[in-house]
Amino acid sequence: MTHFTKLLIAVAALGLAACANPEQFGGGGADGAGATAGQGDAGDPTSPAYFNERVGDRVFFTVDSSSLSDEARATLRAQARWLNDNPDYRVIIEGHADERGTREYNVALGARRANAVAEFLNAQGIASGRIETVSYGKERPVEACAAQRCWDLNRRAVTVISVGAGV
Amino acid sequence: MTVTRTLALLLALIAAAAFAPIGPARAQSEGPLRIEITEGVIEPMPFAIAPFIAADSSAEDYTGRITRVIANDLASTGLFREIGRDAHIGRVTSLDAPIQYADWRAINAQALIAGRASVSGGRITLGFRLFDVVSGQQMGQGLEFAGDVDDWRRMAHKIADEVYSRITGEEGYFDTRIVFVAETGPAENRTKRIAIMDQDGANLSYLTDGSALVFAPRFSPTGRRILFTSYDSGFPRIVLLDITTMRRQIIGEQEGTMTFAPRFSPDGDTVVYSLSVGGTTDLYSLDLTNGQRRQLTNAPSIATAPSFSPDGRRIVFESDRSGSSQLYIMPAGGGEAERISFGQGRYGTPVWSPRGDLIAFTKQHEGRFHIGVMRVDGSEERLLTASFLDEGPTWAPNGRVIMFTRQNAGGDPALYSVDISGRNLRRVPTETAASDPAWSPSLP
Repeated sequence: MTHFTKLLIAVAALGLAACANPEQFGGGGADGAGATAGQGDAGDPTSPAYFNERVGDRVFFTVDSSSLSDEARATLRAQARWLNDNPDYRVIIEGHADERGTREYNVALGARRANAVAEFLNAQGIASGRIETVSYGKERPVEACAAQRCWDLNRRAVTVISVGAGV
Repeated sequence: MTVTRTLALLLALIAAAAFAPIGPARAQSEGPLRIEITEGVIEPMPFAIAPFIAADSSAEDYTGRITRVIANDLASTGLFREIGRDAHIGRVTSLDAPIQYADWRAINAQALIAGRASVSGGRITLGFRLFDVVSGQQMGQGLEFAGDVDDWRRMAHKIADEVYSRITGEEGYFDTRIVFVAETGPAENRTKRIAIMDQDGANLSYLTDGSALVFAPRFSPTGRRILFTSYDSGFPRIVLLDITTMRRQIIGEQEGTMTFAPRFSPDGDTVVYSLSVGGTTDLYSLDLTNGQRRQLTNAPSIATAPSFSPDGRRIVFESDRSGSSQLYIMPAGGGEAERISFGQGRYGTPVWSPRGDLIAFTKQHEGRFHIGVMRVDGSEERLLTASFLDEGPTWAPNGRVIMFTRQNAGGDPALYSVDISGRNLRRVPTETAASDPAWSPSLP
């Protein structure tokens, strides 16, 4: 499966896993309340919907790793460009793990992944005051199946756009 | 000795209870009726429980259920096998009449439990006797328990504890509770609630409402308070909940960090936990009496899942500082950590046995997950289970049984228990999918 197809699946799954925080757009981690409404039109390059669908809101990791692949770096550079162009938005980076680890370790691993993304964005000129990180460990898979296919999609860090320019 | 201990225990339990040991004193270890809990394969000891005598018509509502609770407790250990009522030849119509041992020998019962219940004014009084059928004598002295009728299950568990203890020489663990995470809804958006139930699955209630993601609840040493991790704020935070008052507070919170994996010290005054910041996860302790926080580890890696030794002087935890997750022990105040796991695979969620002799852990190796135990120095590692995903062991207060989470491939998680011998693997009944069990201490 190509990365692009994976991304489409992930984006499709995103619609189901919306946010508890009504000011957040997208994100795979939060609880069921809220909606994808307010993301705007993906045709509008300044909309969170555009960020989620065209820029790409997530990067993937290999097993037990928080290293950013070349592919991930390319996605994050695009994210950074978008965030530089749209300074009214903040981000929360959600780190996630697949289910093949213990609960506590996976929370720590997700924190490490989220931090790797946050540091990369920061190095690309996004002020650290605009970036928060959270780890969901293995608590919020985008896809649940007992197979590599799902685990690959679940080992991810998702950049969730929220309102507010930050400090 | 046992009587004194039990007396203190029960007096503490049921305030204003009319409770008195009855019958002649007899040394607990007397007689041949004995199960040595060893690692060898054993044949369960056949026992019979005579239907408890109802001393009055109100007691008739309870005697059948009490008898079942006691029988189920004992059978659930795998150490005992009940000889059902249908096979009984003998009857016990009075606790004071001589036992017709031949009737019970004829059905091959080695132990016989008999009891009597009376109910009056909202209170129930339970008496029981244990008999060694083979040698034809009473084992230990008779005991009587009294309390609120609503506590009948606890009293039945106390009787089962007493029987277990007299026959095995180990402390019983039936009058205990389990706090765990009840899971409902799709895996991609699971609703998780902190739930609590009796060790046998009865008396289920929920301690959180499912609005926030929660995980890994832990009991305080008295069983009155629990710690767990909640995403109520959008970030993992540690909640301290008093389950008698339902008073709830966030502890260890620090802006810009994530805090999780809390566990009480054996005196209940300190909480040790993980704090993630900048991609690094270290262990901290928080003194609940004065709010003082202390950083215990300082490494550019992950340190999590801490658990105190029963004497409170050491902490076992998992860390990937060597490159993969392994188990370490350090002084409770921090300091140099010694690695204790050296086998193949990744080790996590170490939990110190209440007896102090063993560490239970989760091991991940070649695509399988195991619950295992090792000695405190890392020697004599034994894997007790294997499945697609087994994790998060918790000890019964007597250090003989471990409960954990099992999830089969593509399935929902459930609670299981296993003896430290690796025998008697059982699913623990829960209404919903369930994970992250924590066993209470013996209840006062």
